[in-house]
Amino acid sequence: MFRNNYDNDSVTFSPQGRIFQVEYAGEAVKQGSVVVGLTSKTHAVLVAIKRNAEELSSYQKKLFAIDEHVGLAIAGLTSDARVLSNFMKQQCLSQRLTYDRAMPLEKLAALIGDKAQLNTQHYGKRPYGVGLLVTGVDETGPHLFEFQPSGLTQEMLACAIGARSQMARTYLEKNLDKFADCGRDELVRHGLRALKETLVQDRELTVENTSIGVAGLKEPGKKALEVFKVHDGADVKDWLNSVADDAEAGGETTEGEGMQVDE
Amino acid sequence: MDHRPQAWGRPRDDVYGAYDASYMNTNLPNQHTQSPIVTGTSVVAMKFKDGVVMAADNLASYGSLARFTDVKRLRTFADTSVIGFGGDVSDMQYLDRHLTELGIDEAYQSDVGGHNLNARNLHKYLSKLLYHRRSKFDPLWNHLLVAGMDEDDKPFLAAADLLGTTFTSPSLSTGFGSMLAQPIMRKYVPDEASVENITKEKAVEVIKECMKVLFYRDARSMDKYSLAIVTKDGVELSENKLENQSWAFADRIKGYGTQTV
Repeated sequence: MFRNNYDNDSVTFSPQGRIFQVEYAGEAVKQGSVVVGLTSKTHAVLVAIKRNAEELSSYQKKLFAIDEHVGLAIAGLTSDARVLSNFMKQQCLSQRLTYDRAMPLEKLAALIGDKAQLNTQHYGKRPYGVGLLVTGVDETGPHLFEFQPSGLTQEMLACAIGARSQMARTYLEKNLDKFADCGRDELVRHGLRALKETLVQDRELTVENTSIGVAGLKEPGKKALEVFKVHDGADVKDWLNSVADDAEAGGETTEGEGMQVDE
Repeated sequence: MDHRPQAWGRPRDDVYGAYDASYMNTNLPNQHTQSPIVTGTSVVAMKFKDGVVMAADNLASYGSLARFTDVKRLRTFADTSVIGFGGDVSDMQYLDRHLTELGIDEAYQSDVGGHNLNARNLHKYLSKLLYHRRSKFDPLWNHLLVAGMDEDDKPFLAAADLLGTTFTSPSLSTGFGSMLAQPIMRKYVPDEASVENITKEKAVEVIKECMKVLFYRDARSMDKYSLAIVTKDGVELSENKLENQSWAFADRIKGYGTQTV
């Protein structure tokens, strides 16, 4: 029944120095539908594919606003994500109340990292079965943090987690140099193109299954904020259309590296 | 066997006599500071177009006794803000230690830097701290002025008192200063718009004038004082002595002291 003797709890090392429960939690993240996050000098963008459990049901939300300046994308167990999301909302509010400031993203990432790590070191607890991309804009500009069930958090320029996210990461790595100077809409388009890479044959991005979250600075160098907003349904139509043209061209690249043409 | 749980573990009454419970009495009322002991007097501050000037003298009085004459009542925070303390000096020292700790924690939390608390953050925090303590019926007996720059690099000046009440204004003062110095400063900065016309030199001059008036008329003051100038470039903190004192009027005052009419 068990794969081995060392995966019954999250406090026991295997002789190879691994903690299987934490690794299994990482597998839960890979079951979740894909989310992509990326940042420019002025904006932070999240894009996600939503799944519906059955034809008749609604689509499960993937993006959440935490505070005016922070947003979240989830891949994995939604119910675990809600716990972390509520915690982050509370912490952001508490910063506003006691210091009258927006929570620094670095601090927020450290808080959930510490919280998640505790679960990997106490008997009877289990790691969170969810990976997060935390984005937003604070006084030091736009940020993107990746969070994993192990409690690992790291700042990223661009990142993708969830099912088949490797395809998206490959796209992001290939185009990384372009992101920094992208405007708002161009950054969203890069996100959508990365998302498209992950799609299986004869599935596509639609207004029903695509979510886009954007936060940013209204003008470079100014403090005025474009608050984090999640766009669903009709709101994402124009963005989807703007990347629909290169769908055929993009389709070829998914066939194989040899088919790629100059960009 | 005595079956009453409250008697268990106690000396037996039939052997030692009735136990005098007053020795065990832990139900005394909590003793909190109900009045300040060693106190500092006014703090005065006003904005000018690029920052804020603040001053407070170096006296800590024990009642009417001028007990300590070298007490600095202005402190900087993160080299970007200044806090001036009026009221109880021991509570000032408590807050000072608390702020040092806060400053270290904040500096450690962000390895990139850039997330330091500005004057507005600091003022909000201190006002919450003061309100929390007054709600425990154990107030920190201080009236604080917080000066610095806000997130947009505009001058920021605000007060918080022992009840957690907060005010903000182009000029502020605590204690006696609110009667004596505030009217003088208001002549120069009656509203936020007029701050734009005040230079640093003018603001320093007005504050020095206020310190002189306070020294003449406030019996709990002295002629040595700290003066801080906060701009977006940082804090200049200096020690000063009142210049050009004139006591010519003094021999015309009658009715006090040992003189016989």
